[in-house]
Amino acid sequence: MTPELKGFLLVSAVKLLVVFTITLVGVALLTLMERKVSAWMQYRRGPNRVGFAGLLQPAADGVKNILKEETFPGTANRGLFMLAPTLAFIPAMTLGSIIHWAAPLPINFDFTLPLLGRFAYSALTTMAVADLPIGMIFVLAVSSTGVYGIALAGWSSNNKYSLLGGLRATAQMVSYEVAMGLAVIPVLLLTGNVAFGEIIKAQQQNGIAFNWFVFPLFIAFHNFLVSGFAETNRLPFDLPEAESELIAGYHTEYSAMKFSMFFIAEYANMVTVSAMVTTLFLGGWDIPFTHWDETPGLAQTLATGAMMFLKITFWLFFFMWIRWTLPRFRYDQLMTLGWKVLMPVGLAYVMLIASAIYLADNVLLLTNPLMKLLLLTGINVALGYLIFVVLDRGLLITGTRKRGGAVERATGAA
Amino acid sequence: MAIGVKVLRRPDRGVSYVRATLKGMAITFRKMLEPKVTMQYPEEKSAPEPERGGWTISPRWRGTHRMLTDEQGRSKCVACGLCPQICPANCIKLVPGEDEEGHRYPLIYEIDEFRCIFCGYCQEVCPEEAIHVGVHYENAEYSRDRFVYDLERLSSQAHPVSSLWDPMDPKGE
Repeated sequence: MTPELKGFLLVSAVKLLVVFTITLVGVALLTLMERKVSAWMQYRRGPNRVGFAGLLQPAADGVKNILKEETFPGTANRGLFMLAPTLAFIPAMTLGSIIHWAAPLPINFDFTLPLLGRFAYSALTTMAVADLPIGMIFVLAVSSTGVYGIALAGWSSNNKYSLLGGLRATAQMVSYEVAMGLAVIPVLLLTGNVAFGEIIKAQQQNGIAFNWFVFPLFIAFHNFLVSGFAETNRLPFDLPEAESELIAGYHTEYSAMKFSMFFIAEYANMVTVSAMVTTLFLGGWDIPFTHWDETPGLAQTLATGAMMFLKITFWLFFFMWIRWTLPRFRYDQLMTLGWKVLMPVGLAYVMLIASAIYLADNVLLLTNPLMKLLLLTGINVALGYLIFVVLDRGLLITGTRKRGGAVERATGAA
Repeated sequence: MAIGVKVLRRPDRGVSYVRATLKGMAITFRKMLEPKVTMQYPEEKSAPEPERGGWTISPRWRGTHRMLTDEQGRSKCVACGLCPQICPANCIKLVPGEDEEGHRYPLIYEIDEFRCIFCGYCQEVCPEEAIHVGVHYENAEYSRDRFVYDLERLSSQAHPVSSLWDPMDPKGE
């Protein structure tokens, strides 16, 4: 092995270790955060017995789950039953490896170790385990494979509730994949690239301090967020595990660490979606109102890492916030929202944004990026008013509605 | 429409899902910052403040029993046999004894707290005000037989005793 290859492997291994550790510890703390936020919103205090302010609660839960008895339903398909949690877990963990967690850091070293030989590395290192050039497409591809784990879990349990939960999860995740993909396209149009590094760079350049895509692409941002909730099976779209109808849905028959794997996968998916929202629409690790973070350096990497952490934490809190605000959707409402609202809106929006970008670049010849930004923001404000105020009057969610009359129950939808 | 089915009128105009969601989020966020009502149980055992429910244990609470003693430390019980007679759960075991001077006293007095239904009749019927139900609720033990309280155990309890409900004074005034 050449010293350069060894250096690359060393850097990658360290990044892998750091990201994996942070993800797993973060997911553990996230379960605590979920319980704390849930408690606060109900005037309770939440877990506060294990460790200082309950900080060791995840450790206690982990020990409990590892020591707990593993149960198998007698009629379950053993092999698939064991495989399903792994299939849910692996894509969730994989996605953490391509997120850009902080600004690139210049790393230079050249040293020799006994037995192992010389290590050499000198590059501006992106703070992602794998800086894939296909970034966003990889996310869409891998996040869809997570549905195999859930579908198999529901199917192999040989339990009608599990099966229904698994079917619902599959239908839901496949449907919202479409809306999510459509919501991503405007970002890619505006960036001209699918790599996360380029998407983040496009949101910090153009001579404007505050060029996050959330303003010029607000509708896409909204659609992406809603699809993200559906993709992670979080409330108000948690039909796959609706306990009032399906006990616990696809993980009814799972206990101990196998259940824990589904749990970890769900929370890891939440982290991924939060990181995606942050990267695509909120400038990734970009610190607003300053250009200081664009020059590489250790301080910049640490500061932008903290910024990324703050943004992700906000979106995770947002997930929990919504959970305690909105009740669960009915199944036909979920499908109506996905296929009849988000998809047409997303399609029309892609066309509109593409036309606007073409107009700005080729007809109006706007060389000032601020003007282009203002044009797109103006379009979004008008569209937002149309969609959220004019059209959204009990019409979008409840299905059909008679003029001036009572709301009719949506029958046989989707 | 089946009998007894209440049909809710749902709002049909002026309803916007997005604005309703934002309103709901504002409410949940505000509620999150409000003071918490949870009582930290083993550390605090009552929360008299009205904003936290004003919870204190009632003086009429009927918990595990207590036998009162006189100044010499002897139990006040004269083994009249009224309490095992009235006990609807049949949980009191009483073997009466008599000393040289003709005073009756209990040789064996045991209450099975597992069978007891905490009706408080024993306290009501007792002519000597000896047996009482206590204002007490922390009764955990490591074995089942520890729940048969003998005379010594009943006499050594120190918790307050119940002031049973008085029909002449229903509000406790």
